Amino acid sequence: MLELIIVSTLNGVLFGMLLFLMASGLTLIFSMMGVLNFAHASFYMLGAFFGFQISRWVGFWPALVLAPVLVAAIGAAVERFGLRNVHRHGHVPELLFTFGLAYVIEEVVQIVWGKSPLDFRVPAALDFPAFTIFATNYPAYKLFMLLISIGIFIALYAVLTRTRIGLIVQAALTHPHMVAHLGHNVPLVFMLVFGVGSGLAAVAGVIAGPALVTQSNMAALLGPILFVVVVVGGLGSLSGAFVASLLIGLLQTFAVSVSLSLADVVGLFGYRPAPDSLLKDIWNVTVAQIAPILPYLLLVLVLILKPSGLMGTRET
Amino acid sequence: MWEGSLKTTYLRGLAVAAAISLCSAASAQDSIKIAYVDPLSGGGASIGEIGLKTFQFIAELQNAKGGVLGKKIEIVGYDNKLNPQESLVQVQKAIDAGIRIITQGNGSGVAAAITEFVAKYNERNPGKEVIYLNYAAVDPVLTNDKCNFWHFRWDANSEIKMEALTNYMKDIKTIKKVYLINQDYSFGQAVRTDANKMMKAKRPDVEIVGDELHPLLKITDFAPYIAKIKASGADSVITGNWGQDFALLLKAAADAGLQANWYTYYAGGTGGPIAIKQTGLNHRVFQITEGFANIPHKSAQDFEKALRAKHNIGLFYPRAINQFGMLFAAIEQTKSTDPKRIAAALEGMKFNLFSGGEGFMRKDDHQFFQPIYLSSFGERGQAEPFDEEGTGWGWKLVGKVDTNNTMVSTTCKMQRPN
Repeated sequence: MLELIIVSTLNGVLFGMLLFLMASGLTLIFSMMGVLNFAHASFYMLGAFFGFQISRWVGFWPALVLAPVLVAAIGAAVERFGLRNVHRHGHVPELLFTFGLAYVIEEVVQIVWGKSPLDFRVPAALDFPAFTIFATNYPAYKLFMLLISIGIFIALYAVLTRTRIGLIVQAALTHPHMVAHLGHNVPLVFMLVFGVGSGLAAVAGVIAGPALVTQSNMAALLGPILFVVVVVGGLGSLSGAFVASLLIGLLQTFAVSVSLSLADVVGLFGYRPAPDSLLKDIWNVTVAQIAPILPYLLLVLVLILKPSGLMGTRET
Repeated sequence: MWEGSLKTTYLRGLAVAAAISLCSAASAQDSIKIAYVDPLSGGGASIGEIGLKTFQFIAELQNAKGGVLGKKIEIVGYDNKLNPQESLVQVQKAIDAGIRIITQGNGSGVAAAITEFVAKYNERNPGKEVIYLNYAAVDPVLTNDKCNFWHFRWDANSEIKMEALTNYMKDIKTIKKVYLINQDYSFGQAVRTDANKMMKAKRPDVEIVGDELHPLLKITDFAPYIAKIKASGADSVITGNWGQDFALLLKAAADAGLQANWYTYYAGGTGGPIAIKQTGLNHRVFQITEGFANIPHKSAQDFEKALRAKHNIGLFYPRAINQFGMLFAAIEQTKSTDPKRIAAALEGMKFNLFSGGEGFMRKDDHQFFQPIYLSSFGERGQAEPFDEEGTGWGWKLVGKVDTNNTMVSTTCKMQRPN
C-alpha cells in the first residue's frame, strides 16, 4: 500500500512537472497576449520529433539543447510574421490562426515522419533503474525528467523575478499598454515570450518523447489537458500553473489506483443497488475507469466556483 | 451569370473530372479491389500498417500466380482512425469507388458498426451488395446476437480463446492470484467477463485480485496501472490488450521490474516482443493464437521467410492467409465476384489451413473454426528458427487445442437473402 502511494506520488509529480513545462509557456502567452494558442501542444510535438531526428544524427544530449532552440526560433517566427499581422483584427482571428497552425503542423509531421509511432529510445546512459522502492524499480530516465523539469521551473522563476527582462514580462502580463507607454519594446517582449514558451514546450517534447509514445497524435492527446491546467491555475499566474499541473498530475495518477465505485461507497451504508438496474453502469463505474476525465470535471468545478482560477489575477 | 474566365475554369474542371472518372471506371474492370478499413494513423497505426503490408504481400503473391479469374487483386487502404463513425464514412467511400469486398479487424466496436451498416446497405441495395470479411474483431456478439449473412469471421472469437487459455491455466498449481486488465470497450469487457466466469468455474481457489478497464489506445504511460498490479500481489495477469496498449503496458512492467506471468491474446503484435524482451520474462508471457512463426509446418515457414525478407515484418495474421485463400477459392468456384454468390460459397467451406490441419466456416453463424495454439515467448531452441522484432527471442509451442475442442454454441438466427 505504501509502495503504491510512493510510486503513484512520484509518477503523479512527474506527469505534473511535464504538464507544467508546457503550461508555463501557454499561460504566459495566454495572459500576456490574450492569444489562445491552440498550436502550443503542436510545438511540444515538434520538439519530440526534432529531438528524435537530431538524436538520430548526433545523439540525445545535443538534441536536448538543439531541438528546443529550433522550435523556439519557429515560435518566434510564428509570432513575428503570423500573429503580429493577425493581431490587429482581433482575438477570434488569432484563435483561428493558431487553430489552423495546429492542423498544419500535424499534417507536416505526418508527411515527413509518417503516422506510425517512432522508435525514440531512452539514451543508454539513463536506461537503468535509479532506485528500488520496496519491490518496484523507478527508472533513472524518469528521475532525469523530474530533475530537468524542476531545474527549468527554478530557472524560469529566477528569470521572471530577479532579472529586468523578467520584471518587464511580469508587468506586461497585467498591464501591457502601460508598459508600452513607458517606452519598453513590448512587441519584442511578446516575440521573446512566444519563442521561449514554445521552446519550453519543445523541451517537454524532447524529454517526454522516449517515455511516452512519439507519434503524430501526441498533440491531440495532451492538448486538452493543457487548457485545463491553464484555466484551473488561473491566468497571469505562473505559480497557479505550477500548482494546477501538480494537482492534475497527482489527481489523474492517484485516481487510477482507486478501484472504488459508487456502489462500493453506498455499500458501506448497507444499500446494494440491483445488479440489473437501469443505472447499473453509473453505480459500477470505478474511479479508475473515469480517471482520464477527472481533470475536466475539475475544470468545470473551477469555472463554476472560482472562474478566475485557483491563483488567477484576471477574469478567464 | 459568371464572368468569362470563371466559366471557362468551371468547364475545364468539369471536363477533367469526367475524364478522371472515365479512367477509374475503366480500370475497375481489370482488378478485384478489396477495401482495408483499419487505423492508419493515431494509436492504432502501428498495427493497422502491418496489416495493410501483410495483405498487400498476399495480393502480390496471388497476382504473381495470375491473380484470380485472370484479374489482379488490389488492396486499398482506408484510414478509419479506429473510430466507428469514421469507419462508416470510409466504407461508404469504398462503396462509392466501386469496391464490394470490405475487410477489417482492429476493434470490435468498429466491427459492430460495419456489420450493421453492411446488413442495412445490402437490404436497401439489392444487386449491389457488399461482403464484410472480419479477420480480427473477436467480440463473440458478432457471430451471436449481431450475426448477419454478409459477415464472416476468421479469428476464433474471444470466448473460444479464453476457454482454451483457462483450460491451460487450470492445471498450473502455482497460480494463486490473478489480475485482469483490459481495454474499456466491447472486446475488453468480453474478455474480463469470460475470464471471471471461467476461472471461477475451473479454479475456485484462485483469487481474482484486480479487474481493471482502461480507455482504448489513449494511455501512453501505464506506470500507475503497473503499480496497482504490484500492490495487489498478483502472480499472473490476464489481458486482452493489443497494439500500443499491450506494448506500453509491458514497457511499464519492464521499467518497474514487475515479476508476473502474462496470459495474453495479442502479445505478438507490433512492439510487443520488444517490450517483453525488456522485461526479461523468459517464457513467462503466453499468447493464444491461431498460428505463430515457429509452428513446424514447412509451407508456413517458407511464407514467413519470404515476408520477412521483403517487408521485415513477421506474419502476425496467419488467419489472413486462410481468409484470402478461401475468398479466392470462392471466387474461382463461383466464377463470379458477386458478393452474394461468394458468401454462399464461403459458408460451410472447408479449408486446408496455412499452419497445417483443416478448418471450416460454420454455416450457422459464419464463424471459422480451426486449431488454436498456446505459445510462450523466450529463448529459442532448435525447434524455433524465427525470432521476433530483432530481439533474438521467439515463440515456442506450449499447447495445441484441436478444432473439435474449440467448438462453442451460437445464438445466431441467420437471416438469409432469398
